[in-house]
Amino acid sequence: MPDSRPHAHLQPLVDIVTALPHYRELGLEVVDYAPGSATLRCAHRPELVGDPVTGVVHGGVITSILDSVCGLACFLGLDEPQAIATLDLRIDYLRPARSGKAILGRGEVFRMTRSVAFLRGLAYQDRPEDAVATCVATFMVGSVGYNPAGDGGVQP
Amino acid sequence: MTLFDRIVALKAAGDLAGASDLIPYTGFVGIGCELDAEGLLCRLASRRSNMGNTVLGAIHGGVVGAVLEHTAVMQLLWESELERLPRIVNLSVDYLRPALCADDLLARGTVIKQGRRVANVRVEAWQESPERPVAAAHAHFILG
Repeated sequence: MPDSRPHAHLQPLVDIVTALPHYRELGLEVVDYAPGSATLRCAHRPELVGDPVTGVVHGGVITSILDSVCGLACFLGLDEPQAIATLDLRIDYLRPARSGKAILGRGEVFRMTRSVAFLRGLAYQDRPEDAVATCVATFMVGSVGYNPAGDGGVQP
Repeated sequence: MTLFDRIVALKAAGDLAGASDLIPYTGFVGIGCELDAEGLLCRLASRRSNMGNTVLGAIHGGVVGAVLEHTAVMQLLWESELERLPRIVNLSVDYLRPALCADDLLARGTVIKQGRRVANVRVEAWQESPERPVAAAHAHFILG
């Protein structure tokens, strides 16, 4: 029986990307996805903290969530699997993340061209309107980079 | 005692590596801090758990960004007499070459401008040679 969920054909791609070592290490969970967009959730863990006195999460965790979710959204925005590589990522940290709470990241393709993808992203806790950080990212498409379709799993 | 007070005490004792190690996240990804003849150097140890690209065996771009951000903060703490921890406003990372998980990633920062309220810091990260950077970033911090 065919899978009736929307965008179910994208599930294998989502599974490959979210199984990458650092996605797993951060414990990123998929909240939702569609062609050209995705939302991931990162549960709070003590080892992600940047200030042990206040318990606020390190900025690097926000950077990793946003790079991860923009990369995933970029793959999901391609008509066919191609390698992508982050060209640049700019993040505005709007407020400190509240300690002890999960952080969600949402990425969306704003414009896709043959060689470059333009994305926008948001990191938030309770509501997207009360964002912790926003980002813009560009990815090179179809050059040296990561392609889930060609992933044989390099062992260092 | 706040994190800032503990960092200031360790800095006064010349133990910037100890100050860097106070931050739980640096242990999670494996970022260390050392001093050499040229000044402060941050190092991300080679670890498979930091991989974000299994085709090239490359470090996750977010971890590269984290190393650059941490290096910028430590550089500010090292060369400036601050009254509190710098708060990051924004970070812009250019990814120049793949950063391979099989090797350590090194990074050094430069404070471009420090005003009363805001500082601008640039950082470059490399693996085989500083002349072949794998990533570069600039960041703004609020100091006051």
